[in-house]
Order: sequence, then C-alpha cells, then structure tokens
Amino acid sequence: MTPPPPGTTDVASAETEAGGSASTPPTPPSAPPALSPVELSRWAWRQLTSMRTALVLLFLLALAAVPGSVVPQQNIDAAKVLAWQRAHPSLTPVYERLGLFSVYGSPWFSAIYILLMVSLVGCVVPRLRIYWRAARARPPAVPRRLSRLPEFRTFEVEDGPAAALARAEAVLRRRRYRVVVRPAADGGAVSAEKGYLREAGNLLFHLSVLVVLVGFAYGQLFGYKGGVITIVGQDFSNTLSQYDDFAPGRLFSPDDLDPLSFTVDDFRVSWLTSGPEMGQPESFDANITYRTTPDAPARHHDLAVNHPLSAGSTDVFLVGHGYAPVVTVRGGDGKVAYQGPVVFLPEDSSFMSAGVIKVPDAAPQQLAFQGFFLPTYGFTMSRGPFSQFPDALDPVLSLVPYHGNLGLDSGQPQSVYALDTSHLSTYPNADPRLGPSKRVKLSLGQTVALPRGQGSIRFDGVQRWVKLQVSHTPGKEVALAGVLLGILGLMGSLFIRPRRAWVRVSRAPSAPEGPRRTVMELGGLDRSSGGDLAEEVDELERLLKTARTTDGPADVPDVPADPEKEHA
Amino acid sequence: MSTADFAAFSDNAVMFASLVYILAFLSHLTEWVLLRSLPVPEQGALARASVPVGASSGPSELSEGQPGETDARVRAPDTSQEQELRVERFGRIGVALTVVGCALHLAALVTRGLGSDPIRVPWGNMYEFTLAGTFGVSVMYLALMKRHHLRWMGALVTGFLVVVLMLDVLVLYQDAGPLVPALHSYWLAVHVLAAVIASGAFSVGALALVLFLAKDRAERRGTLRPRGYLSRLPEAVALERVAYRLNAFGFPIWTFAALVAGPIWAEYAWGSYWNWDPKEVWAFITWVIYAAYLHARATAGWRGKAASVIALVAFASLLFNFVGINYFFGGGSLHSYAR
Ligand code: HEM
Repeated sequence: MTPPPPGTTDVASAETEAGGSASTPPTPPSAPPALSPVELSRWAWRQLTSMRTALVLLFLLALAAVPGSVVPQQNIDAAKVLAWQRAHPSLTPVYERLGLFSVYGSPWFSAIYILLMVSLVGCVVPRLRIYWRAARARPPAVPRRLSRLPEFRTFEVEDGPAAALARAEAVLRRRRYRVVVRPAADGGAVSAEKGYLREAGNLLFHLSVLVVLVGFAYGQLFGYKGGVITIVGQDFSNTLSQYDDFAPGRLFSPDDLDPLSFTVDDFRVSWLTSGPEMGQPESFDANITYRTTPDAPARHHDLAVNHPLSAGSTDVFLVGHGYAPVVTVRGGDGKVAYQGPVVFLPEDSSFMSAGVIKVPDAAPQQLAFQGFFLPTYGFTMSRGPFSQFPDALDPVLSLVPYHGNLGLDSGQPQSVYALDTSHLSTYPNADPRLGPSKRVKLSLGQTVALPRGQGSIRFDGVQRWVKLQVSHTPGKEVALAGVLLGILGLMGSLFIRPRRAWVRVSRAPSAPEGPRRTVMELGGLDRSSGGDLAEEVDELERLLKTARTTDGPADVPDVPADPEKEHA
Repeated sequence: MSTADFAAFSDNAVMFASLVYILAFLSHLTEWVLLRSLPVPEQGALARASVPVGASSGPSELSEGQPGETDARVRAPDTSQEQELRVERFGRIGVALTVVGCALHLAALVTRGLGSDPIRVPWGNMYEFTLAGTFGVSVMYLALMKRHHLRWMGALVTGFLVVVLMLDVLVLYQDAGPLVPALHSYWLAVHVLAAVIASGAFSVGALALVLFLAKDRAERRGTLRPRGYLSRLPEAVALERVAYRLNAFGFPIWTFAALVAGPIWAEYAWGSYWNWDPKEVWAFITWVIYAAYLHARATAGWRGKAASVIALVAFASLLFNFVGINYFFGGGSLHSYAR
C-alpha cells in the first residue's frame, strides 16, 4: 500500500485544476495503510483535517445539539430537571450517565466541537500559508487553447495589435483585475485574475469561528450569574451570601465580584385590562439607586426588561416579579412573633403565588403557615380559591396554619419556600367535608385567631418583590467581534467571485478591404462555483469592443499604427 | 381609520392576497398545461439561458438572447412559435397577479402593525411571523425572478404561499394586540426582519432544490417525459446553481439573525446572550446544517444530489424551529410567547 499523496490540501489541488470548485480534495483511502507510527499519525492528521471529516463533524454537532432541546437542562432550568427526574425515576440514572441533563457541557458534546476546532485549525493553517503565496502570485500564463475554457469569445476590432493589447489591459484593470501583459511580436496576450479576497474571506470566517468560541468559553469559565429576590425598598450588595442562587464559572473566584450595591426604590407594573391578552403584563420596571463602589456617588437607573443596568463589568437584569404579603403573627402569649413581608412565588400567569410563613419566635409553640396569595380573589366549588387577575385588586391570603416544631435547629439548611412538616401538625377542620386541615382566609387588614388560643395572624398589606439577575460575562465583546468579523469574511467568501480572464491579440489574417484588423480572443474561467461567468465575459467582450484607449503603456512594443485608427 | 379598522382591513387584505395568489397559481398552471401540447425546444437552447424558451423570454428579450436560443426559435415552425407566445401570456399574467398579491400582502402587514395598539412592527406572534415570512418568500421570488429567470417556479411558489397563508389564517390566527414586555425592543424589528429575509431565501432555495432533485433523477433514469413539466425547467445544473445562490444569500443573513441580533437581544431581555433555549438550539442546528451544505457543495463527491439533500434537511430544521418548537415544547421555551 502507498500512503496518500503528501501535502495535497484542498486549495493546492484546486490550484492545478481548471474549472473545478475551490476544493476538490483527493479521495482519502478508506482504510489506514500499514505504516510506521509517524506515518500513521500523519495519515490520521490528514484524515482529521479533510473536508469530509469537517462535514461529518458538522453533522455530528447538529445532531448532538438536539437532545438538549428535548430533555430539560440542569444549568438552564434546574427546577424543571427535578420535576422531570421525579416523573421518570427509571430513566433518570441512564440519562444522568449519558449527561443528558447538561448536554452542552457533556464530554461527548465537547469532544465533537473540540475535534471540529482541531480540524479547523489543521485545515486553516496550511491554507493560510498557501494563500500567502497565492495572493502575491502573478496571474498565470495564457493557456495554449483559449477555446477550451468554459467561456470563450473571439472577435475582430479595428485597431492595431498594440493598441488592442493596451485596450485589453485598460479594460481588465478597470474591472479590477490584476493584470500581466505579455507582449509578443504582432500582438501578445494579457492574463488577468481577480477575486483574491474570496479565500481571505473564507479564512477570516473560519478563524473567527475560533474567536467566537474563545470569547464564549472565556465567559463560561470566568463569569458568573446570580439571582436574587429583593423586596421593594430593600438593599442589595454584591456578595455571595446575598444571592438566592448563584452559578459561577469553573475558574470564577469570589474576588471577581464587583463591589456593587443598590436599593430597589419602587416597582411599577401595568396589566392589560381588556382584549384577548387580558391579564398579560403590558410593562414593568423598577427604579433602583446604585453605587459601583461603596464611596461612589449614588446613581439612578430605570430597570426594565430590555433595559438592563450595566455598571462596570457587572450587568443587572430585571427577570421577574411577584408579591410579598405583609403579615403580623402573634404567639399564644400575645406577643408579636413576626412582622414583615414574606416572599411568595408566582405559580401561574394570574400570579396565584405560593409561600410559607415560618414563625420560630412564636411561643409557647412555633407556628407556620403554608398556602397561597391570591391577588384578585376568586372562588368556585370545583376549583377552590384562585386568582382572577394578576393585579392586587382584591388580595387574599389562603393559608393552612401549623403548630409544633419547625425543625430549624437540626442544623439541616432549609429552603424558605418549603416547610418541613415532620414535627408540625395542622388544626382539624370543623367541617370535615372541606378537608382534614383547617384553612384560614384573610382579606387585607383582617386578623384571624388560631384555635386553642395559640396565636393570631393579621394580613397587614402587600409589597412587591423583583427578581434580579446579576451577571458578569467577560469575553462577550470578543465573541461579538468574532461573529461580526465572521459575517464579513463569510460575505467575502460567498459573494466574491474569483475569476481569471485571458485576452490574446493577434493580427487578423490579411483583411483585403482597407483598415487593418486585429483578432481578439477572450477566455474566462470561474474559480468558484455558482457564478455567472457568461455575464462577466459578455461584459468584457462589450468593453473590449467599445472601449477607447488614449494612451497605451510604454512596454507595448511599438507596432507602426495608423494614428487615426488608433483612436477610433 | 381607527385601530380596529386597520386590524379588520389587514384581515381582509390577507384573504384578498391569498385569492390573488390562487389566481396566479392557476394562471401558471394553465401555462404549463397548455405547453404540454407544444414541443419542447432543444435542451441545448435551454442550457444557455437557463430558462425554458416558452416560459421566459418575451419578444423584447428575443433579440438579446443567446445565439443558440435564437437558432432554436428560428428553426421552430412559425405556428408553434405563435402558439408559444400565446401560452406564454398566461405565465406573464401569473407574475403580474403575484405582484398584485404581494402588494396586498404588504398592505396586510402594514395595516396589521397600524391595527395594533400601540402601533408596532407586525411580527409579534406566530400568526404575524408567518404572515411576514410568506411575504419574505413572495418578495424574494419576485425580486430574483427577472435576474435569475425564475418564472418556471411561479406555480410552485404561489402554491406554497397559498397553502401556508391558509394554514396561518386557519390555525394560527390571533387578534391584533399589544406585545409582551420581552418584545418591547427595536431588536425585535432587526432580529425578526433578518430571520424573515433569510427564511424567504431559504424557502425559495428549497423549492428550487426539490425541482432540481426531481429533474436530476428523471434525467439520470431517463424518465424525463418530453412534454412534461420537468422538461420545461432549466437544466438541472442551472436549477442547482440558483438554489445555491439563494441559500448562500440567506446564510450570512441567518448568521446575523441567529448569532448576532438574537443573542444581543436575548441579553437585553433575559440577561444572558445564549441560553440554549430550544428555539436557540434549533436556530444553531439549522445554521450548522446549512454550513454543512455549503461545505458539501465544495466537496468532491457530495456536490449535487447529496449536498441538496443536506440543504433540504437544513430547511426542514428551519421549519421545525419556526412551527414545531412552539407546539412541541410549548412553555418550555422562553420563546413560547411567539405562539
Ligand atoms: C465550526 C466549523 C466550521 C464551520 C461553521 C464552517 C463553515 C463554512 C462555511 C459556511 C463555508 C462556506 C463558505 C464558502 O462556500 O465559501 C465554508 C467553506 C469552507 N470550509 Fe468550513 N466550516 C467549518 C470547519 C471547517 C473545517 C474543519 C475545514 C477543513 C477541513 C473547513 C474547510 C472549508 C473549506 C476548504 C471551505 C471552502 C469551500 C469553498 O471553496 O467553497 N471548514 N465553511
């Protein structure tokens, strides 16, 4: 067996091939030949950097991206992943092992794009070298038989050969060809080429794919994204402990947190009150006062969807909002055990919100309440309590009270949105048809006493909270610059047509009737696929027939010419 | 006119546009049916102009035609030539009707924007995306028809427009209304406009590729019926080239829509420029497959049929992203408001 021809790259082969596409690589052998390790690795490298491999890897990449759109993804919606896992207990371990819950960080996904990038580098670097030479090369000599070219025209002009040659050069230069004139006795030829920037554009595009990836990866590694729910009127300072959820990049360090702080001054939301989209938010925004460092001057920003705050390298986004009912809870001893707002999380578009009120300070027994906040109360027998409209028009709290031990001293961290009911009990319902546990309904300003004199709860008012996302994504400017450069390169690569044209000028075989005539032969070659070469050659023909040359270049050998005809 | 008047006018204009497209479709169909009774001119004559003689060059173009083409005409008997011209009129009527349909289509879009309160760009939900997308197809076809002699696609394009517009009205219709807050951004205009233009180019390109595959197959199997529709089409090579140019035109625009405008807007609206949201994933998949198509077309052994199939797969993923995501993934996508 013989190794594949050395050093043949796509472009190199295209150089020697007339009329083909810019890259028609030799078919790589299908089985690795028995070779020394060095030769084998060179063979493997050539396989990896072949156009066909690139094609296959691109396909694999597309295919590998699919599962991530079907299976919920850990770093996108962790709650949904949990719900999915709970619903599919037997599939979960299998999917977990396959990395299907974080496809875009999984080894196999990474393997594909890393291979693609290696292939890209292996493909582009040699092409850069070839291009460097090709871009400075002179247009090649005139083929012996122009009539063999894909486009060929021949016609006569009323001009001396020298003038015709000069004219051909002028026309081709005006059409922005790079031109070499090769005069000969009684005529000569012009070789011309244009569209060198196509390959440059192609290389630029492929290199910018790398730039984008680097920018993206940099952001993933060094950036972070944190979410925090802030009740209107409260402050936030950018330290880890303040976040409700925090997703750091692998190389993030807490020192990277900018010393940003802000206060949410107010929040406005307006809802559509009519029409088919009734109940949809029309707009919402929050006014915040922020400082980039503790002693920087305070500044204001109107935070809204599509209007984030960029403070230094940190961005703050308004990503959600909801209600925090304000309650006063007294224990059995009559003392105020809790007073203030409690964050309830919206469950649907009507902002029926679920939440838990924990009152560890209530005495003699700890108290808790779990249930719903309904901004505009509604009730039907079949649905039970629900919210008719997302705005707080008729707010109601519908809660199940608990008493006992909250289990907060056990050392286990607890979510503020979940209740550990293992040491808590409810109150029995007076009417068992309404369910086993007693439920209290509170309208604004109402107080309800708990049974057995164990305390009371009062619904004082409603505040709002906003969910803010604070993030730092270094490298995104790099990625953006990369895509823009890439598009530029792509347009060059797709729309610039590399072409060659040749003109041969010779004296016409003695024309008997009067003026001397010159035969012009024009041939064209399209070095990309998809061009309309015929149009270009037609245009060249038209120009060659009609263009006027005022002064020919000096290097044209002087053929005695009739001055009148020269300028006709 | 009041807002509600504009909205009502828009609905009517969609219906009228569809009706006119139907008439255009019938007109093109008539042309093809009548042409069946006429002999097809030699393929050699077609090769140059990349147009069937009867379907393309009006008398004015006749004199400028390629030498080969003129020869074919000169050789054809007079009567047949006259007949061809008469039949050809149906083709030209079809194009004229498509222009009228396209104008109505534009009117429908504009009044849809004016008919929403507050006034906005007319692409804020699935119904409107589809309305705008089909308009993109219509404009793309008309814009390129002259230069690339696409009239032979008339029946296919108008048929496609009619079917998609009907589905849009029947399945996706929504009353004109305001936008959800995430759409309050001028990036909506930029992002969707780019996506619509690219989709228009990809759609026309895909239609051309379907014809290419059919003709290519018939040619290779030798089952090309001498008087059939396929014989009247430009040569397979020319079909493939037109399709390539459409796809190559769409690709950078798609790159801009999906990988520049989309991420910038996503960052403003959702706080992260790339979320691997299903819609984003499929936009990326579509992009990668079109890149694979462009590669395949430049790879020996893949050019032609294999590359074309790849382009059609890319187009399928484009369609799936457009429609499928909102139905199959529903609330799972941040983009689900687009329904
Ligand atoms: C992330 C991976 C890649 C992407 C997205 C990509 C994309 C593209 C696109 C869109 C084109 C079309 C431009 C044109 O037709 O001129 C192209 C052309 C090309 N690509 Fe890639 N490519 C990738 C990787 C590679 C690799 C690994 C190779 C090396 C084997 C390669 C070699 C080429 C060549 C030689 C052309 C020129 C084709 C021609 O002359 O038409 N590409 N690429």
